Amino acid sequence: MYFKKIALAGAITLLSTTAWAGCAFENTVPVKSFSAGFEAWKSVTEAMAECGNFSAELDQEFRTKQPSAFAANPALYQIGGVSNGTITPLINEGTIRPLDDLVAKYGQNLTPNQLIAIDGKVMAVAMMVNTQHLMFRKDILDELGIDVPVTWDDVLAAAAKIKEAGVVDYPLGGTMKTGWNLAQDFNNMFLGFGGTFVNADSTPSVNSEAGIKALEKMKELTAYMDPEYLVSDSTYVQQQFQQGKIAMANLWASRAAAMDDANESQVTGKVDTASAPLAMEGGAPATTLWWDGIVIAKNISDDEADAAFRVAMEGLDKEMVQANSDEAIWLINGYEPNRLANGAIAAATADPAPAPYPSTSQMGMMHTALGNNLASFFTGESTAEQALANVEAEYLKSAKEAGLIK
Amino acid sequence: MKFKTFAAFVAPSIFMMLLFIAAPLVSVFSQSFYLTQPQFETVEVENCTAGFLKQTCVTEEKTRPILGDDGKIVTETKYVGWQSYINVLEPERAWAAISAGSVSALLSIDFWKALRFTLTFTLITLPLVIIVGLALAVAVNNATRAIRGPVIFISLLPFIITPVIGALSIRWLFVGDGIMTAFLEWWLQRDIALFAQGWTIEILMMGYRVWHVAPFAFVVLYAGLQTVNQDTLESAIIDGASRWERLRYVVIPHLMPLIIFLSLIHLMDSYRVFDEIIGFSSEAHVISLQWLTFDLLTPDDSGNRSISRASASAMLTMIGIIILLYPLLRRTWRDHKGTS
Repeated sequence: MYFKKIALAGAITLLSTTAWAGCAFENTVPVKSFSAGFEAWKSVTEAMAECGNFSAELDQEFRTKQPSAFAANPALYQIGGVSNGTITPLINEGTIRPLDDLVAKYGQNLTPNQLIAIDGKVMAVAMMVNTQHLMFRKDILDELGIDVPVTWDDVLAAAAKIKEAGVVDYPLGGTMKTGWNLAQDFNNMFLGFGGTFVNADSTPSVNSEAGIKALEKMKELTAYMDPEYLVSDSTYVQQQFQQGKIAMANLWASRAAAMDDANESQVTGKVDTASAPLAMEGGAPATTLWWDGIVIAKNISDDEADAAFRVAMEGLDKEMVQANSDEAIWLINGYEPNRLANGAIAAATADPAPAPYPSTSQMGMMHTALGNNLASFFTGESTAEQALANVEAEYLKSAKEAGLIK
Repeated sequence: MKFKTFAAFVAPSIFMMLLFIAAPLVSVFSQSFYLTQPQFETVEVENCTAGFLKQTCVTEEKTRPILGDDGKIVTETKYVGWQSYINVLEPERAWAAISAGSVSALLSIDFWKALRFTLTFTLITLPLVIIVGLALAVAVNNATRAIRGPVIFISLLPFIITPVIGALSIRWLFVGDGIMTAFLEWWLQRDIALFAQGWTIEILMMGYRVWHVAPFAFVVLYAGLQTVNQDTLESAIIDGASRWERLRYVVIPHLMPLIIFLSLIHLMDSYRVFDEIIGFSSEAHVISLQWLTFDLLTPDDSGNRSISRASASAMLTMIGIIILLYPLLRRTWRDHKGTS
């Protein structure tokens, strides 16, 4: 044991003295990155750090800070971690640079699928996809003889059986914390019922049949949830799963690995994943597709951009993926999906496929309006029509103020 | 004191107040009347995004801001008068709700919903803070000298804790199956979910605020108790006044200026209630005026924020505080003129 510790300490010293050991080149230009803080980003930035002269900032509040950090001249960070939801302000404000020449120079190992092109120019390099999908306790479903639910009605039927059997505290979990999470849960169901958020002229169209159906379906589901669902976010639902309090939830694929983490989870090996359920027959799974990836700031010198891109490519290489294959649904060459990845892959390859999350200025305002106004329907203060009318009123107010609608 | 000396002493603080209070206030005031909008164009673009196996490319109409030659978004600022205030207050919808006699319709408008909670919170916690503070002060004043020090120290602890941290700790005690909820469930033998409805969260928030601020009232009133005229107290005892009568007719009148001071500070502070909303994540059920301003200033996913409406909301919050403080300030002013 004692010897092991010494060997370990020696190994760590060795690592830090030859920091670029795991990297193909020695980086001499200081490079900083700013991204979200979930597991996949930790692994990627650790791999980038092997090139030396690199520091990473991981922050779950990055979405509100990133636009101003990149608008500064020179930009405060060279590499940014974004998703299809958070890239919009960077594109709109023109604070990230086209990557075509850098991809041609250093991107030999990228697959075409990883290149995010906007208006014909590569603006970001994706590393993983993320989606909300059904996670369920396989042992409970098997024991009660329930098939894996395919539609939300199946989920309700299964929840009723689980409740009757009384094997867990609450049959369902839900990421319905008021604000961003609640709005995203609605988005999934709304798209599942074939809804569209805005018309061609930017006017809202959520107060529709699909909108009302989505809200009513969500309300039916809440009957099987912890009554405090309006304060429960992804982390809370993840913990409910890990502590064996819930049996099913539509949860982010990036959270799946935590179920098998023996340090935190009491249900290792018992949770399986499946595609997000269908809201209606013949529709797409009620979820949205997301990608996470890197962008390079515009307000930096070309040399810095060159170094930043090379460092980023080292972070997104085969070695990193093979060492961390459980943490995400990687898009990088060399990825071998594990048991928990089945659900996300089934959702992403379903026919018809779920839509990518729409990254537009209109959607940003719609998401905020939904997050602020839907809770009143669940607390019983307003009807579905009233809540959706309030959403449309707030959206119109913001859109008029921003000049999107005259 | 010579005017020159007086000016030399006061000038730095006047300068600071102008720079850090007056100037931002003027700026917020003017921003609430102007609106800055980016210029948009609608273009047809081809976008490619990552699927799991293959890329999906779509050509679609997209609205995007126009970038100027300097690489910044072209914006236009115009005078909009009271429009931002109207957008916050929504007088038409509010009036329709009032004429229909529907409270729930009125409270579905963010501003009125926030105002309802802010006022309830402020007016309920005010007497509680004063009463708890006074009770603590009287109790400590009557305690044996030997234990006074430790008692004062312990009573002050809640006040030292950073508000957000305090709010979060209380939340963790009660949320889900937290220690306190688990205890209550065991004690009452029933399932309890304190974060599932508005009124329980409101009680927790007010309880937290009283717990947090009462030590301040206690310290101020305890200091005041040391200056109560002992001769008056003794003559009251000789006249046969009970403990309660002494408190009611001698001590409280003596402490009145301090109680008014505490009320002023507390009204100002609690009208700006914010930490509790975040700490208890109560946005689904109750929001406050200060939180409304914060929410308007927070950029959404597309980087858009409503600065004009936030400014209007901030000005309305300030006006609300002035209206609340007016009676107390007038009384202080009358006393001041009467004594000098």
